Amino acid sequence: MKHGRIAWQGAIHSVTEGPGGHVRLADGRHLSEDEFIWLPPVEVGTVFALGLNYADHAKELAFKAPEAPLVFLKGPNTMIGHQACTRRPADATYMHYECELAVVIGKSGYRVPKAEAYDLVAGYTVANDYAIRDYLENYYRPNLRVKNRDGCTPLGPWLVDRDDVPDPMALRLTTRVNGRTTQEGTTADMIFDVPTLIEYLSSFMTLNPGDLILTGTPEGLADVRPGDTIETEVEGVCRLVNTIVDDQTYFARTA
Amino acid sequence: MIQQKISGTVYGVVLNDRASLQKIGSLEGAPYKGAPKAPALYIKPANTRTGRGAVVRLPSQEESVEVGATVGLILGRAAGRLEREHALDAVAGLVLAADLSLPHASYYRPAIREKCFDGSLPLGTVQPLVPLDTIVLTTVIDGELAEERSLADLVRDPARLLADVTEFMTLAAGDVLLVGVTYQAPRARPGSRVTISATGLGSLDFSIAAQGTQP
Repeated sequence: MKHGRIAWQGAIHSVTEGPGGHVRLADGRHLSEDEFIWLPPVEVGTVFALGLNYADHAKELAFKAPEAPLVFLKGPNTMIGHQACTRRPADATYMHYECELAVVIGKSGYRVPKAEAYDLVAGYTVANDYAIRDYLENYYRPNLRVKNRDGCTPLGPWLVDRDDVPDPMALRLTTRVNGRTTQEGTTADMIFDVPTLIEYLSSFMTLNPGDLILTGTPEGLADVRPGDTIETEVEGVCRLVNTIVDDQTYFARTA
Repeated sequence: MIQQKISGTVYGVVLNDRASLQKIGSLEGAPYKGAPKAPALYIKPANTRTGRGAVVRLPSQEESVEVGATVGLILGRAAGRLEREHALDAVAGLVLAADLSLPHASYYRPAIREKCFDGSLPLGTVQPLVPLDTIVLTTVIDGELAEERSLADLVRDPARLLADVTEFMTLAAGDVLLVGVTYQAPRARPGSRVTISATGLGSLDFSIAAQGTQP
């Protein structure tokens, strides 16, 4: 089953997929997409993200593939829902998307062996882990100014139950900019797969429901400009849409 | 006034005191290739938080931990793009914190295993805001004074730190911004008893244990 969260009529609602592209509220009512606002499908706890977790992408960035997972954290300020806008600051010269399979943790676990790792997983969604490379610095790299900006991590629209994704390690990832395909890959090419990441993280910290693991992105990065519409899609999970806006639009009404 | 609880995300910063910048030496060569421009930030996630009297267990195979005594600014309201002159208006209080880290001499890559293991952030109780340049922090490990530092030594004072951080990320009420730990802070070991204290903020004691041992 697919689960979403929306804002509508003064409240936050949990929804599921309805007929004809509609969403279905818990009481059975249907809404079409133009009637509500998508929120990230989960209220996130700790958000982990992976750098250089696809060999081709590591090569693209001229890095040797890491020997241990390269993990960084993100705060809740950076998460936004499907069909929202992300700001490209006026001084940025290279801002790129990153299409990623996002793993949502469903129960607590500490020192979870690989063989039991999927027991912790509630399901999967899609993240677009934007980066603005102009702000890269070599302190806890990738630093928060690159990766933890307000609204720079679209997530959703759906959380798909774990059991509805039979093999998360064989899913096609696709990014389209204004309808043109710019990034293609498969989760089969991850250096550290989902069970390995859960085993690694839980070896020193307790994972909790709502925690999220953004598993990294394959090669095919490209600069995105104000007005561009970016679709990041993971086969069998969902397709996430985001639009880039410039400072003038973003700060159009500022006191 | 509502007493603000620590309910959100805890952020911290390294290399925010002059003594640490002096100790780490030149930052011009690899891997840093220049002094930090923006605050060098990290996140202490929810699983790290613990309190007074905690027994903190180190990850497997680890034999020592750095005790980074610091102070956290607790946000009393949502704060984005703060101006330095008014930045402290967003702060509801202060908290004494021990930011525990497995030793890592390089700040090049995010230190997740090193800084995010369970219990690696003992926190005191919320206290009223006082000027940080009046605060002296002391760390006592097994009865010995291991570190004493004044927060008058900060590179970015709290107002400037808040302005520079909220320039690109909005902090929520209940979030905490730690104002900085020292480079290569003093080390404790399994069995150590640690007390940190700060002028006007009281003290915080906890102990360190190895994995799988009884305290």
